[in-house]
Amino acid sequence: MAIECKHVWAHISGYLDGNLAPDVLEEVQKHLEHCEICSAILDSTRNILVLTADDRVFELPLGFSERLHARLEEEIEGMEAPPPAVD
Amino acid sequence: MAATTSPRDEAQMIASIIAGDSRLFHELIRPYERKVYVMALSFLRNEADAEDAAQESFLKAFRNLASFRGEAKFGTWLVSITLNEARSRIRRRDTIKMESLDEPPDDYGHTSPALLRDWKEIPSEALERKEISLLLRQAVTALPPIYREVFLLRDVEGLSVNEAAEAIGISIASVKVRLHRARMMLQKNLAPQLKGVAPKRRWFPWP
Repeated sequence: MAIECKHVWAHISGYLDGNLAPDVLEEVQKHLEHCEICSAILDSTRNILVLTADDRVFELPLGFSERLHARLEEEIEGMEAPPPAVD
Repeated sequence: MAATTSPRDEAQMIASIIAGDSRLFHELIRPYERKVYVMALSFLRNEADAEDAAQESFLKAFRNLASFRGEAKFGTWLVSITLNEARSRIRRRDTIKMESLDEPPDDYGHTSPALLRDWKEIPSEALERKEISLLLRQAVTALPPIYREVFLLRDVEGLSVNEAAEAIGISIASVKVRLHRARMMLQKNLAPQLKGVAPKRRWFPWP
């Protein structure tokens, strides 16, 4: 095998983002075709990324939006009715 | 990713808001509510504080909108404001036991990944189970702050590497390095745990 597993792990992130240099990409791809362990690690890493990106993992608290816009509205109203100038 | 309006629409909206149509700000920020909240939560680690910090970040963005020059995307600018707000709250809150924002000395770069064999298809149905969502949230929250912020921006909120670098104020190379370490740490932490909650699949421990 041309490159070792450890070498491939160092490139998993770049591989997932598609920003490996062409020669490195080729080496990594060749390794992945033959190494079941590394391809399983790649798949599981990709799956973890897909899962953590799911909206259900980080949810907004109930009523968050309503409270936020109410507070903004107070701010806007405060701007529209400035205190009379003391001059 | 989160933005449903094109950059040009946002620029027009911002110009209108500055010109006096203040209520348009409600519409401007709708696509960013979750992003700002998640960033705040990842730092402050409790919902009430995160909500308060998120509200404060939106208010600061509103008050300082005239100083937004449009060189960055509005979303990126908003994330920078949120990061600053969250960081300053951490400093205020944890004056004694402050979370270090410096690079940890450990060799996270040499973390060996764990093995989840035969997990090729995405078990998104798994998220129906609250315990798995909780595991994922806990694992992300447990990352050291400098890795957590990069991971959330890039992998949870879908910013590009360049946008994440701009929002945090670090180089693109640093974003890539931190992102890699964050992903490997999560993989190593989560793989054995996911094995425990989804025992129907074949799991192989890392040798």
